[in-house]
Amino acid sequence: VNASTDESKPEPGVLTEPPPSAGRAMWVFVLRLLSALVIPLVAFVLMKAAFDYLRDENANRALVVAVAIVLGTGGVFFLYWGMNRAVDFLPERIRESVRPYVFVGPCLVILGVFLVYPVVNTILISFKDAHSQSFVGLDNYTFVFTDHTMLQSIRNTAGWIIVVPLFSVSIGLVYATLVDRLRHGEAFAKSMIFLPMAISFAGASITWRLIYSFRPAGFGSNIGLLNGIMLGLGQNPIAWMQQQPWNNLLLMVIMIWMQTGFAMVVLSAAIKSIPDEIIEAARIDGATEFQVFRRIIIPSILPTVVVVTTYMVINALKVFDIVFVMGNAEADGTVVIAERMLDWFFISAHDGRGAAIAVVLFVAIIPVMIWNVRQFREQERIR
Amino acid sequence: VSAPSVPAPAVDGRAPGEVRRGGWIIRITVIVIVALWLIPTIGVLVTSFRPEDLVVSSGWWTALAHPFRAAEWTIENYRTALDAAGFGNAFMNSLAVAIPSTVIPITIAAFAAYAFSWMEFRGRDVLFIVVVGLLVVPLQMALIPILRLYAGLDLNGTFLGVWLAHTGFGLPLATYLLRNYIGSLPSSIIESAKIDGADHFTIFWRLVIPLSVPALAAFAIFQFLWVWNDLLVAYVFLGGTRQNQVLTMALRNLLGGRGEDWQVLTAAAFISMALPLAVFFSLQKYFVRGLTAGAVKG
Repeated sequence: VNASTDESKPEPGVLTEPPPSAGRAMWVFVLRLLSALVIPLVAFVLMKAAFDYLRDENANRALVVAVAIVLGTGGVFFLYWGMNRAVDFLPERIRESVRPYVFVGPCLVILGVFLVYPVVNTILISFKDAHSQSFVGLDNYTFVFTDHTMLQSIRNTAGWIIVVPLFSVSIGLVYATLVDRLRHGEAFAKSMIFLPMAISFAGASITWRLIYSFRPAGFGSNIGLLNGIMLGLGQNPIAWMQQQPWNNLLLMVIMIWMQTGFAMVVLSAAIKSIPDEIIEAARIDGATEFQVFRRIIIPSILPTVVVVTTYMVINALKVFDIVFVMGNAEADGTVVIAERMLDWFFISAHDGRGAAIAVVLFVAIIPVMIWNVRQFREQERIR
Repeated sequence: VSAPSVPAPAVDGRAPGEVRRGGWIIRITVIVIVALWLIPTIGVLVTSFRPEDLVVSSGWWTALAHPFRAAEWTIENYRTALDAAGFGNAFMNSLAVAIPSTVIPITIAAFAAYAFSWMEFRGRDVLFIVVVGLLVVPLQMALIPILRLYAGLDLNGTFLGVWLAHTGFGLPLATYLLRNYIGSLPSSIIESAKIDGADHFTIFWRLVIPLSVPALAAFAIFQFLWVWNDLLVAYVFLGGTRQNQVLTMALRNLLGGRGEDWQVLTAAAFISMALPLAVFFSLQKYFVRGLTAGAVKG
């Protein structure tokens, strides 16, 4: 029975299902399954046919984009509409118990194909050899936890998931609190911090090469900003990207630079939703600005802080682009788990090891997930 | 929330209710942070307009000393990047990937979010928790199984394959944010529409979608930024060939091939930033407002 805890809405004539017979329950189940599957399947077949045709015709990219937009929006929407109409022809008793699956089904089917199935599959592959021919037991996992480079990547990733969320969220929080008190230019000030979000990792790496660049004496002048400062101070230039283990921190700075804007925008929105009266009352009672921040702002926006922190942790755990484009990760000792995984899959061609690394990555995320589901339940209860 | 019950009088001499104090400290802190955040971008912008011999012989900051000397500046780098690197083709490819990969997941997620908010069905809460849980699956984990699946369906190296992948990977966040927004719409509106005889589809299309424009726009920008800047999914499913490469891939190839051509690299980087920046600035208001509603309601 669907116990709707929140916003239970009385829907006349829908919720009073009579106890179904086994045959009818089966029939309804099949209908639900069908209604969930029809839209994704038909959409896929139509698009596949359309693009195979376009590929044969060597159509140009603009036409492909146009067809994609028409099929992707109009086509998908039309399929939902059609399925909804089809449900109207069902017997009235089961109509409304099938209809939700038309709405929610395609989403679940796609998630099943693109996320649930891969998770199951990867777990399976992780117990097999390089080409997934035969089972090798726990060999791949032994490799993950004994190989020198792997252990280094686990250590580095641990650093990433602590440092990046910590700095992104706290800088974002402080900045959001500060710009909230600006009389003018708040939107501008926020845009400037958000700007790096619009830059790709590849673009960001060029950006940061202009900061970290190093040339040894006699090999041209140093055009990186940091070494420019070092020279200005009368010091020798430093090969920043080779300074183990500090080069890891320098790479994390790039991600902090890129992601603080997201944390700031979301937290700022949360701060603005705190009723003014509460803050005013505290101030009239003589609370200092710091007390207001600690005792009122922080507790009020805690749920949002949880969401943002989770998002940052997940992103830091998945980091690969920055390390991949900023230099030779293995030589510089800046390897991370996700980067190792791709290396084993695509360069070193050992699927079993790649999959085992992926499973470790997923398992590392489970505590965060449990923390979130708990927080989710907590919020439901308070609401 | 309990306000601190310290009935201390205002000891610092400010009148009750006067709150915006220390304005200049705040202003200076904000300016310092903005300056720190902008320095890297300014470096790219300046470098992209400098001639090659100056770029390799002096730091970009030295150009700022002579802002009006014509010999210090050039637009040649942008020409080189656009011509030589095949950037025009890569730009089209990026558009071909990004637009459908933004539109399709939003359509599917909006229907699902409506069902999760306003329809009754068995397992609704459990299924929603599963969707939220899938938020944390690292997409790297999905790459190999999907590649194999695609090999069977002849989808590797096709745009359709990339769209579907981006749709799958974007759906959890889209459903989560849109469900929070759509679920927070006043139930009185929905109920009165039902009493007037509207069915779910009409309510969704005529009522809920127009009311959810801020949230839809917010997620659209977010997904667009993410797809446009994505290197991994495009690299894996579309491949790195000259014909198929997207902008991020072209940039990465430039990095590999012309490691020292700073001026061309920076011009190329700025070209790839241009569209997302334009999208961000033009839709900024929607973005902030919409995310508020999605993320804060808790």
